[in-house]
Amino acid sequence: MEVSAEAKRIMVVALGKLYSSRTQRGGLRLHRSLLLTLVMKSARDIYHAAQATAQSAAPTCEPQHPAVNVITTSPAAAQGLQSPASHPAEESRTAGSSTELRCTPHAYIRAENKENVCPSGPAQHSRKRRGKAAAEPDFLPCKKAKLEQVNCHQQLIVSSVLSDYVKCSSELRTAPTPIPVQTAIAAC
Amino acid sequence: MEEESDTRKINNSFLRDHNYATEADIISTVEFNSSGELLATGDKGGRVVVFQREQESKSQPQRRGEYNVYSTFQSHEPEFDYLKSLEIEEKINKIKWLPQQNAAYFLLSTNDKTVKLWKISERDKRPEGYNLKDEDGRIRDPSTITTLRVPVLQPMDLMVEATARRVFSNAHTYHINSISVNSDLQTFISTDDLRINLWNLEITDRSFNIVDIKPANMEELTEVITSAEFHPQECNTFAYSSSKGSIRLCDMRQAALCDKHCKYFEEPEDPSTRSFFSEIISSISDVKFSHSGRYLMTRDYLTVKVWDLQMENKPLETYQVHDYLRGKLCSLYENDCIFDKFECVWNGSDSVIMTGSYNNFFRMFDRNTKRDVTLEASRENSKPRAILKPRKVCVGGKRRKDEISVDSLDFSKKILHTTWHPHENIIAVAATNNLYIFQDKVN
Repeated sequence: MEVSAEAKRIMVVALGKLYSSRTQRGGLRLHRSLLLTLVMKSARDIYHAAQATAQSAAPTCEPQHPAVNVITTSPAAAQGLQSPASHPAEESRTAGSSTELRCTPHAYIRAENKENVCPSGPAQHSRKRRGKAAAEPDFLPCKKAKLEQVNCHQQLIVSSVLSDYVKCSSELRTAPTPIPVQTAIAAC
Repeated sequence: MEEESDTRKINNSFLRDHNYATEADIISTVEFNSSGELLATGDKGGRVVVFQREQESKSQPQRRGEYNVYSTFQSHEPEFDYLKSLEIEEKINKIKWLPQQNAAYFLLSTNDKTVKLWKISERDKRPEGYNLKDEDGRIRDPSTITTLRVPVLQPMDLMVEATARRVFSNAHTYHINSISVNSDLQTFISTDDLRINLWNLEITDRSFNIVDIKPANMEELTEVITSAEFHPQECNTFAYSSSKGSIRLCDMRQAALCDKHCKYFEEPEDPSTRSFFSEIISSISDVKFSHSGRYLMTRDYLTVKVWDLQMENKPLETYQVHDYLRGKLCSLYENDCIFDKFECVWNGSDSVIMTGSYNNFFRMFDRNTKRDVTLEASRENSKPRAILKPRKVCVGGKRRKDEISVDSLDFSKKILHTTWHPHENIIAVAATNNLYIFQDKVN
């Protein structure tokens, strides 16, 4: 359990760093973003491995919100969000969940509505700065799970990080087609 | 446009004086020139300061060739890329000197996007006695000119001027991490995260891309280029290091695009040391050829490795810089120190290698005697002509007197940039915004 707690912490920290690197002078650093993405990927793999062993150890565990859906699907450059391979993995993740995740449905719904209706300040500002319409991309993973429910604001930040990464990457490319979220980090 | 640049200057100096008092003074690169007479430093504010060694004088033998400021100039200014809404930092990432070919000195300095060739020259005479102008430069009334005279060069106080002779721009999408001058003295390479471009020093509107590791699908990106350097003697050979801990040696004669390496240096990972952070700490932050051209040195987060160019499967020597940090990787990751890029440097005879660490410590490893020493660059310990005392970090439980425990190390004081005089035992060490120059003990 300690391993999975550490893995979770590492993922949260990586996301925080990726988020704050957006506002850094000099623009996004590809090398740093790549290293953070790799760390997140290995932390996620270890987390899920720990979850799987926990699940097999305690099969009577009540299924709660699936684990770390939002986080895990985003920066994994090698895995596609839309790829069918990820779905079975998601299912297994759904079945066994950490007892630490206890996001109440109300808080979640509130958070989701907040995200859709009124994006968090910095995120909206940077969207405006980039001159793109603030339309919610339809390829964002459905927000079924939250990593930590301690502060719902953190979850807003997470989702807006991902959409901003997408916008950043789409800016660099000429094609206006939506880009899968997991490419966002690498493309910047 | 002029107004804009004025506003920017005001903003910069405001920031400099108030919130980020000394951030612009943080030294970001140091480099001796090929004779060791000059030492250049670049800082985060885009300035270059060049020091010159005093001529040794018999009357003051104790002032054994000290370095004094020779020239200061603003190399790069902050810029704004309007297309991408990105600010381009003025921080000088690297300085490389060109070998001296005439009375003037030339250096290349680069920020994230643009390389510039600077000429530093001395002026100690000025023409006086113009026929058509008076001493202030104003044109004289022709009716007052009654004699003919030719200007004569008169001595004046020495003035050192720096002028930008070439600007090599618009060739890099990603951030430039290194530049390297070829031994042919006609070309140089500039390297960013995914590409290496070859330039001719005379031509600024064109460069050749010789390495491109950008995948067609950016989703598949797994490694970036972290540094590149030309071989010191062979003008067709260069090496580049990657974030995955490998080094590739390339030969430009093979093909126009050197995506296929000639040699590939990589040490297999030790599975027993695998952790969350294995990828980060194996990323190479610096690669340097030895002066002889026979060896390569690489620096990753915890070690320095010396590679024999003839042996690709493992390094010749591995030196632990600060292995006591291995157990602290998680906190170093949280405070961002794990992303620090340390440089490494050879001494003139390739017998000693040096690299920096935290707490203003720097380490030297003697390759022959296998002895190593840890020294500290700090004001308290560095009175002029004082001998540096070796330092020791205590890893076990019992801390001896004069030892410092790992938990007391100051991770905000890091020595990332060091350089060694090409012939003598003189080193320059950059500790945040201070430059320390150390010499061998005078007998």
